[in-house]
Amino acid sequence: MPLLTRLAEKNRTTVTFTLDGRAVQALEGDTVLTAVLTQGARLRRSEFSDQPRAGFCMMGACQDCWITTAEHGRVRACSTFIAPGMVVSTESTEGRS
Amino acid sequence: MSTRLDTEVAIIGGGIVGASAALFLARRGVPVAVIERDRCGAKASGVNYGGVRRQGRGIEQMPLTRRAHEIWGELPSLIGTDGEYVRSGHLKLARDQDDLDALADYRDRTRGFGMNLEMLDRAALDRRFPWVSHAAAGASFCPQDGHANPRLVSPAFARAAQAASAHILEHTRVTRVERDAHGFRIATESGPTIHARVVLNCAGAWAGAFAATFGEAVPETSIHPLMMVTEPLPVFMNVSTGIQGGGVYARQVARGNCVIGGGRGLTTSEDLARPSGEDIATLLARAATLFPRLDGAHIIRFWTGVEGNMPDHHPVLGPSSTTPGLFHGFGFSGAGFQIGPAAGEVLCDLVTRGESDIPIDAFSITRYLPTPTRPILDTTHAVSNLLEISR
Amino acid sequence: MSLARAPIEPVIIGAGPAGIRAAQTLVQAGLRPVVLDESLRAGGQIYRQPPAGFTRSKQTLYGTEHKKADALHRTMDALAARIDYRAGALVWNADQASLEVIQNGTMTSVPYTHLILATGATDRVLPFQGWTTPGVFTLGGSQVALKYQGCGIGSRVVFLGTGPLLYLVAYQYRKAGADVAAVLDTSTHADGLAGLAGMLRAPSLLAKGLYYMGWLRAHGVPLHKYVRPVSVQGGAQVSALTYRLRGHDTVHSIACDAVGYGLGLRSETQLASLLGCAFDFNSQDRAWLPRRDAAGRTSVSGVYAAGDGAGIAGADAAELAGERAALALLADAQLPSDARRAATLDNRLLANARVRTALERAFPFPADWAADLNDDVMLCRCEEITAGTVRQAARELGAHEMNRLKALTRVGMGRCQGRMCAAGATEVLAHALHQRCDAVGRIRSQPPVKPIPISVVHADQQKVSL
Repeated sequence: MPLLTRLAEKNRTTVTFTLDGRAVQALEGDTVLTAVLTQGARLRRSEFSDQPRAGFCMMGACQDCWITTAEHGRVRACSTFIAPGMVVSTESTEGRS
Repeated sequence: MSTRLDTEVAIIGGGIVGASAALFLARRGVPVAVIERDRCGAKASGVNYGGVRRQGRGIEQMPLTRRAHEIWGELPSLIGTDGEYVRSGHLKLARDQDDLDALADYRDRTRGFGMNLEMLDRAALDRRFPWVSHAAAGASFCPQDGHANPRLVSPAFARAAQAASAHILEHTRVTRVERDAHGFRIATESGPTIHARVVLNCAGAWAGAFAATFGEAVPETSIHPLMMVTEPLPVFMNVSTGIQGGGVYARQVARGNCVIGGGRGLTTSEDLARPSGEDIATLLARAATLFPRLDGAHIIRFWTGVEGNMPDHHPVLGPSSTTPGLFHGFGFSGAGFQIGPAAGEVLCDLVTRGESDIPIDAFSITRYLPTPTRPILDTTHAVSNLLEISR
Repeated sequence: MSLARAPIEPVIIGAGPAGIRAAQTLVQAGLRPVVLDESLRAGGQIYRQPPAGFTRSKQTLYGTEHKKADALHRTMDALAARIDYRAGALVWNADQASLEVIQNGTMTSVPYTHLILATGATDRVLPFQGWTTPGVFTLGGSQVALKYQGCGIGSRVVFLGTGPLLYLVAYQYRKAGADVAAVLDTSTHADGLAGLAGMLRAPSLLAKGLYYMGWLRAHGVPLHKYVRPVSVQGGAQVSALTYRLRGHDTVHSIACDAVGYGLGLRSETQLASLLGCAFDFNSQDRAWLPRRDAAGRTSVSGVYAAGDGAGIAGADAAELAGERAALALLADAQLPSDARRAATLDNRLLANARVRTALERAFPFPADWAADLNDDVMLCRCEEITAGTVRQAARELGAHEMNRLKALTRVGMGRCQGRMCAAGATEVLAHALHQRCDAVGRIRSQPPVKPIPISVVHADQQKVSL
């Protein structure tokens, strides 16, 4: 179940990207965090316990929201904008997905 | 505070050399006190790369490093923890054919010391270590060298020494060392005055200044090896690596962080060594060039340490040339972690037996002294605050 | 004989209220500061501007503070041509003469003669069972989701913690149409009364707070005090929050799918630490802060600190402090500096400080937290180290201060460098040692202040040689 709920600013251009192999849609101006968490409930798995993580502080401080992308390697989801065609993985633990 | 501590051996410096000497002495029933001005194992011994390797050392260090290898093999029984020590193997990379030739020559010269070095060409490297890029032309592989966690190992030597009844005085700065009729009197800033028959100078980057006050000035300098560590990554480095020329070395711990070193940081004060932007950029580029699997990952910490360096990159290890009862063990030049415990054992042997089975003539302090000096028996020497000397 | 004065190269780190007012003041004096902003648009956190193309009004975004927000944004826009503003610029290291900056994947060194640190703050948190579960976000984070992305952190949200931000964010969420299941405050009514007298000095602030509380109640949101969280339930994501009331054993449970959580704010002081600024323990903030004089001069000549990054004082005080630090910089650089204005600012900052003290009394730090924390609670999120491991290190491994604790247990060694766990680790370590929390020291900062990509390229880089 998605974590985030859209409450406002819903009339924006859609952006298609790939999440764990599926084509999904976000809105222009979404961060990667918003784009992923309006689809699901996880950004990554902990490298130590495999427990799911979905970020915490939303302002680039906690470093919990790192996610793996194909083109840019690991990015901090809360401070990176989603772009058309981005390939994002919540399962991968490599530097690049 | 004007309390007094009487002991047989006082050791100045609680890094791996001083703490291991204390452990070995304590286990032989010798009363010993370690005087450490910060926390034991907090300086070079605690922040170094963590390489536990014989390969690459000069031939003069072969007996010492071979003995150290045996000691490391017994680490848990010595210090009560494995300190994350693994015999992963050590891969010394070659950049080109000249490097390969140099590595092959080194293998030939060091045969018989048990390192079992194996030369790998590019094809062999591709087969066995495909995560090393083609910037490397080949390598020399030492199967039983490895790495450990200095943050755990070095303080553990001090704790083990303490458990064996050594006195460990942390946050205690030595202000003055004088000879007297019975041996040495060591004054400290806010701790007890220590009276000892023997003093071991294991004060790391600060030891040269101390030696100077006993008439043995040597050209010890401070170096600041630059280190960095990545976020946890899936484990792919199954050996510790270095490179001919020494510009980059890397290992990966079980938790997945890659520990990478190379080059030098700057220093802004005696105690705080900071990395510089350009040095860091160089190290990042070297690491990315050699290890493509690091692409997309992040560095989460840089640091440097303060290590005592000698011009010939060999330590000063052995008796003082001027002062009976004084022994030196310092200047390990960025390569003291593996041989540290063996150096500690040598110092223990020198104190208790008057000799060591390990040849240490190459490490004599006299190699830096212009003329042989007369031993000075009865004169007192004052050491002013070590902090001021080393500025 | 005239002495040629060395050129002044002022740099400001941060473009929130403190950084903006500092820049404005320096520009008015004829200087052209470099402003390094980690964000892509100025405003800091409290006045964060949404991405281009978002349509909500400033009134909707900032509520009662919209005029202040608008004034600051306009000020920054007007300054654009007269400052060197660098957005998306992370200052990851600093020394006495220059800053190491990464912008767009490129590393550069930015020299300075005078530096104003306006680095702001983040939420302060203490660990509790399940706090890493997806759906738990900080109060500030919850606000960012709404303000910056038009999203709620869940469809049925519990807000937990203490401080004025707790009620503000709950109010903003309910007003935006979210289902706010409850507001759970760790403070007590006695705390509120203790702060009341001081709060009377700031009647509009007090009025806002009472208004939010009254409004929430009127809209059917339960407000509870004396709360101590027990756990977040749910594995893959939040399904409920359990809590009890101090002095009672009954465990209450609220079904929810998100928790917004925070216990006040903590200052971002890593750069001050790297610069070698002296730090003192501040008992009101319950944190180590860079030593400053009233104008914002740190112990390092040429380095100033202003705003929440130097000690929590709020957005209004940040504007004043930014201007005040800039005036100090001008005076120290032997340029004309308005001494009367400086004195006015000093008085206003003092008045604000009294209000902050009252706020801290009304919403105190829950000092009993560590004692009740189970050993198996994850204390360091990045490295997944439990409270029990910290206690064991204190008992058995000689961890008697924070840096040794870090070296022995890895607490604070992860990507966030202790931002989220240092407060909790300090409390647990101090409690285990039967010490006050100021007796265990602070984690020494190391560069980079945030993770940097290994692929970053230096602007002056030559070919790599191995």
